[in-house]
Formats: sequence, structure tokens, C-alpha cells
Amino acid sequence: MPIQIRVPTPLRKFTNGAESVTVDATTVGALLDQLDKLHPGIKERICDDNGRVRRFVNIYVNGDDIRFLQNLESPLKSGDEVSIVPAIAGG
Amino acid sequence: MDQNAVPVAPAVTPGPVRAPNVLDLIGRTPLLQLTRVTKGIVPERVRVFAKLEGFNPGGSVKDRPALRMIQEGLRRGALRPGRTIIDSTSGNTGIALAMIGAALRYPVELVMPSNVSTERKKVIAAYGAKIIYSDPLEGSDGAIRLCRRILADDPEGTRYFKPDQYNNEANPLAHYESTGPEIWRQTAGSITHFVAAIGTSGTVMGTGRYLKERRADIQIVAVEPDDAWHGLEGLKHMASSIVPGIYHEDRLDRKISVSTEAAYDMVYRIAETEGLLVGQSSGAALVGALAVARELDEGTVVLIFCDWGERYLSTRLWTGWTGDGGRA
Repeated sequence: MPIQIRVPTPLRKFTNGAESVTVDATTVGALLDQLDKLHPGIKERICDDNGRVRRFVNIYVNGDDIRFLQNLESPLKSGDEVSIVPAIAGG
Repeated sequence: MDQNAVPVAPAVTPGPVRAPNVLDLIGRTPLLQLTRVTKGIVPERVRVFAKLEGFNPGGSVKDRPALRMIQEGLRRGALRPGRTIIDSTSGNTGIALAMIGAALRYPVELVMPSNVSTERKKVIAAYGAKIIYSDPLEGSDGAIRLCRRILADDPEGTRYFKPDQYNNEANPLAHYESTGPEIWRQTAGSITHFVAAIGTSGTVMGTGRYLKERRADIQIVAVEPDDAWHGLEGLKHMASSIVPGIYHEDRLDRKISVSTEAAYDMVYRIAETEGLLVGQSSGAALVGALAVARELDEGTVVLIFCDWGERYLSTRLWTGWTGDGGRA
């Protein structure tokens, strides 16, 4: 199922500047694996060594925080939009 | 201090005990010696003090530059009745501008990424200010750009006054005039190192300039996130950001990079050891200050705790990442 991922500015160096990337996946975890296959190195910035989403990283499925869904097991369906959102910098 | 030796009166009285206006309560914040979180890390003859900027009426260090920029705008006539104060902000400056706008009866509009913490949105709304949301994926630089576009629709400059905290010299000037002299007095001139995290860089630039003028060998140290991709709300990774016009890296003696995880862990340690709940930028500043302090034989290190931790209870610092709603 094609899922659109919205990539934040600080991670666009992995996606050749692309603001969004489309991959096929049925869960958020599988989506991150697919994203990393297309753009190697990006998953390591989102997840820690144990494969968990880093403490300060926010992932939303259609605006809902995955921590309040089923984390990396959160299911995805065609047309969903996943956003990876950074913290807020600078005064 | 052991548990039986509770002091009968505070060593420092913060600010005046009576004031005619909330704006008169800005500044004169207390300096607290950190003795427990530093134990076993810092040599005995090195003292570490935190300036507790959360004691400002708006709850953060940003009250100082916000007030100074507005005073400057009023003096120049750029801010006058009928105009609205507008700026882009990650939160604390917005809260300060909203508070000051309410006190002076000027309308305030703030451009900020839509993922700023709920607490910030509510506090700003309580002061009667309007929030304009920018794309959360573009972070605070997206808010800066959206604010510029809004102002482009007011080419005559008759509707808005923009303090422009990233480029307004009144921002570092506030610290040159108040934070610097306060620290000098509170340490009786014994400060050897000043450490502050960088958001706009106003604190480290202005305080640093004052302290250098008093004694040129005082070391000025800036703390920044170790990567463009970080969770230190309010701090800026300079190499990957729109660099503020007020920032002059050549005036720093040293720059220390701190990871998000190290800063978060320090916030928890400060709360548990000192009994002080601060925000993540304070955790980052203390990680930097301890890196400086542990290398010394003797000295007095002063750092800035920008705000209190209550403002971040709904953020990743405290919630949601253990699966049970608490921290590990």
C-alpha cells in the first residue's frame, strides 16, 4: 500500500532534499525499514540502537502520535500520511 | 547543606518585594549554588552557580530581551498605538511578548510551528495573544519565513511592529545591561566561566560582552545541540539554521555540543538531586557547564537555567516514550 511520508527539513539531506517520499508498508515499523532501504542511514536518526523510536522524535499517522496508537506496530492503510516531526529550535 | 541545616532566610532576595507593574519584576533573578548534582564530578575548589531565570514573571529568561526590544520600539516610534506586535518564536519569547503586550495593552500575534507544546499555546492564549501556526516540519526556520511573508503584506510598516529577536541588538543589550551586571554582583566579581545555551544567542552575546569588559579573562562558553536533528526545544544548531544576525561566533571562547539524551538525563538528575524542575535547555547548559568545571582546579562557573520544567510536561521530555505515559 502506498504511504506518503513527510520528511522534516533536518532529515532531507538523506532524501536528496525531497519533502516527501512514498513507500509501500502496512505498519510504521515496516515503513521505516522501507524508507531506510531507499535512503540508507535515515532510520538510525529516527530510532536508537535497540530499534525504538528516539525519545525526542515524534511520528504521526494522519496527525495522531504513534505513541498513543501502537508505536511501531501501528497499522497503515492506503492513503495514510506519516509525518516525522522535529523539536522546535531557537528562541 | 545537610538536612538539619535548613536556612531561616533565603541568601538572595529575588527582585523587589513590591512593584506597581508586572514589568518591574523582570530581572534580578537569584543565583543558586549547585552542590549536589555536581558532587563527585567537580573538584572541591570549583563552584557552580545557576541563574534561575524561571523567576521572571513570564517564567523565562526571554522576559529580559522582550521588554528591552519593546522599550526600544516605543522609543523609536516603531511601536505606537494602533500597531500590533508580531514575531516568530519557538515559545518563551512568545510568552514574554504576550505578557508584556497584555501589560502595555498592545495586541500581539505570534508565528510558531504548530507542534509547540500545549502549555505554551495555552499560556499565550491566556494573555490574549493570537497564534499563527507554521508548518511543523520546517521547524522554527519555517516560522521565521512565514512571519517574513506576513510582514511583506504590510510594506508601509504601518500595521506591525516586529521586535525581530534574531537580529535586534536590543536583545543582547538586555543581557549586557541586566544579566551581566547581576552575575558580576552576585559572584562579587569572582566568576571565571560563563556558560549559556544558544537559542537566539542573545544571552551569551550580551552577558558575555559585559563580563569580558569587566575582566577579559572570563571565559564565555556556548552550548548547542550536537546535531541538526535534536530534541532540545528552544536551542539552535547553528551550522544547519538561519544564523541570527546578533550571533558572533568569534566572541566565544568555546562551544560545547550536547546530545539530546544527555540533556534530558541531566534534567531528571537536577530534579532529583537539587529539588529543581527545569527545562531541557537548562539540562543542556549544565552538561556543558560540568564539562568545563571538571577540567578546572579552582574557579566559579555560572550558567543559565532559562526556565522551569512545568512548561514541558506534555512534551517528549516527560511523557509518552515509555509506553506507560511516564519516563523510564
